[in-house]
Amino acid sequence: MTAVGPMPVRRVAGGIPLRLRAVAVGAGCLLLALVFGVLAVGGGDYPMSPSDVVRTLLGGGSPAEDFVVHELRLPRVVTALLVGAALALAGAVFQSLVRNPLGSPDLLGFTQGSAAGALLVVVTGGSSAALAGGAVLGGVVAGLVVYVLAWRGGLHGHRLVLVGIGATAILTGVNGYLLTRGRLMEAARAMLWLTGSLDGRGWEDVLPLLAAMAVLAPVVLIGCARPLAITEMGDDLARGLGVRVQGLRLTLVAAAVLLTSLAAAAAGPVSFVALTAPHLARRMTAAPGPNLLAATCTGAALLTGADLAAQRLFAGHQLPVGVVTGVLGGGYLVWLLAAQRKAGRI
Amino acid sequence: MTGTIADRNAMAGTHDDGPRLRGSALTLAYDKRVVAEGLDVVVPDRSFTVIIGPNACGKSTLLRALARTLRPAAGTVLLDGRDISALPARKVARTLGLLPQTSVAPDGITVAELVGRGRYPHQRLLRQWSSEDERVVRASMKATGVADLAGRLVDELSGGQRQRVWIAMALAQETPLLLLDEPTTYLDIAHQIEVLDLCARLHEERGRTLVAVLHDLNHAARYATHLIAMRDGRVVAAGAPGEVMTADLVEEVFRLPCRVIDDPETGTPLVVPAARRRTEPATR
Repeated sequence: MTAVGPMPVRRVAGGIPLRLRAVAVGAGCLLLALVFGVLAVGGGDYPMSPSDVVRTLLGGGSPAEDFVVHELRLPRVVTALLVGAALALAGAVFQSLVRNPLGSPDLLGFTQGSAAGALLVVVTGGSSAALAGGAVLGGVVAGLVVYVLAWRGGLHGHRLVLVGIGATAILTGVNGYLLTRGRLMEAARAMLWLTGSLDGRGWEDVLPLLAAMAVLAPVVLIGCARPLAITEMGDDLARGLGVRVQGLRLTLVAAAVLLTSLAAAAAGPVSFVALTAPHLARRMTAAPGPNLLAATCTGAALLTGADLAAQRLFAGHQLPVGVVTGVLGGGYLVWLLAAQRKAGRI
Repeated sequence: MTGTIADRNAMAGTHDDGPRLRGSALTLAYDKRVVAEGLDVVVPDRSFTVIIGPNACGKSTLLRALARTLRPAAGTVLLDGRDISALPARKVARTLGLLPQTSVAPDGITVAELVGRGRYPHQRLLRQWSSEDERVVRASMKATGVADLAGRLVDELSGGQRQRVWIAMALAQETPLLLLDEPTTYLDIAHQIEVLDLCARLHEERGRTLVAVLHDLNHAARYATHLIAMRDGRVVAAGAPGEVMTADLVEEVFRLPCRVIDDPETGTPLVVPAARRRTEPATR
């Protein structure tokens, strides 16, 4: 036997794991998201100080402040919070399910399915509500098709990835075709949606996602997190420990597909949040396993921060939030790959 | 071969007495490929049962079926007289543990955390970590000699240490029955013996029933109290190693001419392959 080195004390007290750090990361990210949110609400043509924003949020604002905060700006911030949280949660679930850090919904065809559904509505001249409905339907149908094609006496991670990549390729082609079929105005509106934007969101855009998060987040975070962590060690081992692996997978895939498509319906297929938020969360918690709660909070902070940057980065000119997450997320991915290569891991 | 026939009859005779774990008329298949048909297997209580047989004879498949990670295409696995597939998953997991051949330690997990995961079937949503869990995890790490490694990352351990950590996890599950799929594969000879000694101690000291798939016949003969020899999805012989492990049986099961002598250390059968294979070795 090799000599035993000094025992690292991090995360372990008396040989027993501590989860405090994960909770601290989650709480910290949530706080950060709220700070970003207050700053975002305070910005715009009618600037407000953070203390004014908080006072108004707590019910002490003038009628004008009330209108600006509650009707104009809060829906957008709440959308950003929820979309970020939903995408990150779905991403963390998929990365854990397929046991691959690249296994995010963007790569498995679900996001492209949402895009196809939404584009179909745009091309046929549908309303904004219909566009959101098309996005949800497209995402769910794509999820169902990928799931059925990948099913062979059980769901296996690598087959899901391969089928998902195929579906992504096909749907990207379909989406390109749909864009060429649309009239110029419609195509421009579709492109903005495809980039991912939070501009002009109202409460009616938030509610479906809010309802889904209220139901699905507890199911996934409380009900599925521990069996999911066990399943990461292999299907046979998880079954041996009493996890109903196939039932768990079905529940989690359904929840993650719903969250992804509802997030896409609310803000468009915002890129890279589902991929990067779980990574960042894992680095911050330094804990094994899916880190679902920390990832969810990181995603909320990431998207509210990105939206704040999108509004403020260039004075008088707003960027779609998808541009910011794309640039940030892509940059992070490149840095990560470079760091891993330096460490000799790839 | 008369001994093996007698054993087969003896096996049939134990059916009504109700050993805790047995398989009856099992047909095992992956998709449409049938691996075994009409298989009857009994695991005697408090035995260290070892399943041997050539590659692809269905021994790992049988183990997976006994651990209900593979659903039989026909037949039933009975745990305490009841169909294992009809029992609640957690209840089974508190009675019967499985250490699969390939398991993945999550990145960045410590030894104590990994062993702690063996407590999963004993935990509830609202009672996730009790002093009982802590006590069992400590005891499991102590029993497998990995207590000193508690805070180390599993990725940093040697193969032998890692295997002992996995066994500690299976022990933390606190099941009276424990199934191990090739627990010594990929280990050097010293670590193989270390792991098998550990298994024998767990069997003797705690009265656990152990079932292991092993490749090495001499290890099987030395450590098992009950041997099951398989070929082509059939049980060829079952019984005490001293009776089962004969030159005839090894030739029948593995198509390997050999002599069987007494192990000078333990007196158990020791298989010595014939010096040179005949010109037509495996056609019989």
